[in-house]
Amino acid sequence: MQTHTYPRLRAVLLRVAQAIPVVIGVVIISFLLTRALPGDPAVFFAGAAADEASIAEIRVALGLDKPLIQQFFIYVGDLLQGDLGQSISSGQPVASDLANRLPASLELTLTALVLSCGIAIPLGILAATRPGSWVDHLCRVLVTAGVSLPTFFTGIVLIYVFYYLLGIAPSPIGRLDFIYLDPDRVTGFYLIDAALMGDWETWIGAAKQLVLPAITLALFTLAPIARMTRAAMLTALSSDFIRTARAAGLSNRKILYGYAFRNALLPVITTLGMVFSFALGANVLVEKVFAWPGIGSYAVEALVVSDYAAVQGFVLAMALLFVALNLAIDLLYTVIDPRIGFAAK
Amino acid sequence: MTDTAAAPRVHPQRKLDHLVYVLRANPVTLLAFVMFALIVLSAIFGPALIPYDPLATNAARALQPPSWDHWFGTDNVGRDVFSRVIVATRLDLSISVAAVALSFVVGSILGSAAGYWGGWIDNILNRILDTIMAFPLFVLAMGIVAALGNTIENIIYATAIINVPFYARLVRAEVNIRRDAGFVRAAKLAGNSDARVLAMHIFPNALPPMMVQVSLNLGWAILNAAGLSFIGLGVRPPTPEWGIMVAEGANFIVSGEWWMALFPGLWLMMAVFTFNLLGDGLRDLVDPRKRT
Repeated sequence: MQTHTYPRLRAVLLRVAQAIPVVIGVVIISFLLTRALPGDPAVFFAGAAADEASIAEIRVALGLDKPLIQQFFIYVGDLLQGDLGQSISSGQPVASDLANRLPASLELTLTALVLSCGIAIPLGILAATRPGSWVDHLCRVLVTAGVSLPTFFTGIVLIYVFYYLLGIAPSPIGRLDFIYLDPDRVTGFYLIDAALMGDWETWIGAAKQLVLPAITLALFTLAPIARMTRAAMLTALSSDFIRTARAAGLSNRKILYGYAFRNALLPVITTLGMVFSFALGANVLVEKVFAWPGIGSYAVEALVVSDYAAVQGFVLAMALLFVALNLAIDLLYTVIDPRIGFAAK
Repeated sequence: MTDTAAAPRVHPQRKLDHLVYVLRANPVTLLAFVMFALIVLSAIFGPALIPYDPLATNAARALQPPSWDHWFGTDNVGRDVFSRVIVATRLDLSISVAAVALSFVVGSILGSAAGYWGGWIDNILNRILDTIMAFPLFVLAMGIVAALGNTIENIIYATAIINVPFYARLVRAEVNIRRDAGFVRAAKLAGNSDARVLAMHIFPNALPPMMVQVSLNLGWAILNAAGLSFIGLGVRPPTPEWGIMVAEGANFIVSGEWWMALFPGLWLMMAVFTFNLLGDGLRDLVDPRKRT
């Protein structure tokens, strides 16, 4: 029995262990970014209105008078306690600011990713099974045009068409119109919270606000997923085991979804890692366009007023989120592909 | 044996024929080359040809829709949008070309060293590249610009840093598979130093795939730089730049003045689209097997 369960568990643990050096690297880089400020970091962290005495006070308080190595360990110690410093603009700890705004960003990003996977994967499969058809051409156009679209520009065009010209979209002013009350905070996801309260009017209001930004982000992530699905399906369909399956007289449906698609799924999931990287970056731009109160627009606001602790906290939080997502993807691998567990031994 | 040794020297005429053949088979690539030429020309000669001063304000003609006088309309302080869009080509193109050139050089040197010597150089480089790739790249660029200071040069450095891993990995792989090849041993036996063999004999083999990467990357670098200036980093108003012009126009889109944001956005899109098409076309030229 042991030989059956052990290798896979070991592969999972090994993969988790591999994430540790990456996290250490991320922490080192974000430390360097906070200390790489030109001139005296204490002046920046103290803000524009600070005088000599308060700058000196901040320097001691932040430990900037100590050697760099020691500063690094103080920084790591603070991180372990969840302390990312104080935001000058909001006056709150950066960590709690980020935690407050994270659900808004996640709700937007996840909705967009579900939307784009839901469109791109069927599109890629159709394009691969009917080469040369109109679906194939549509896929090709979408793929090339999609990667060229600046997200912030798509968002503005959508606002113009659906809000100004057609008048069917609500005004782009965040997660919920002023006429609704925010749902009680349980998860921070408005759609889930409103549904939990049974307040369907608010739910529809929140969904309406979400549609345009989610479509904007989805359009951007559509292209790489569709491209990879098509290529992976083409490779899978031309391989020997599909020929064998056809020769054995299996139904088309069984061949397509039972054999080809399951094998094509692996490269598609690998691409998802890269797509996440793009989506988290594009998220910042989309949030700015739609005044979406997530961590992206928080960072943009902080950049404008030179609130460095907030910006660096945001960069670190995004990196850790991305590392966690990549880890989740790799673990998903072991679920989908039974060979991985043994191969990683 | 002498025949096979001579074979790799493709006759220039045959190379040209191949180019013509590929272009004829794929007219889209030809279109990409034409559009690329237009973009480069407008970057070089644009500032001399535009009808209005891109910085001259004219309160009497503010927020005018496109007309014969102002092809792309005027913005909220009466500047001609067409002139600004054309002038911006040079700045956007220089930022991305400088960034890509920088990452090409740095990536080539790091990747070659790691692929050729291996060992601890390779290990350290891989660790660093993994760490860079562990960040969502646009977010890392934001952090770098925020840390180094809000200037155009720092936009270039940030864009270069997030691009380095792609080049370094590509060169490392290309160099690594050739480090023990017959022609490399022959070159070494002939008395060439390691550095010379690496630079003159191995590295040129990595150039074709690098060119494809450069073209695809240029488009991405433009998008990245425009995105950074859209959120207020790097380029400052009133300098004409596509990202910042879209950002300024965004404030007027909800009241229906579409031309301020649309035209710079379209131009940006066209430039990125051109580089992507060019990259796909170059890939066809370089590696026919990967043709889709």
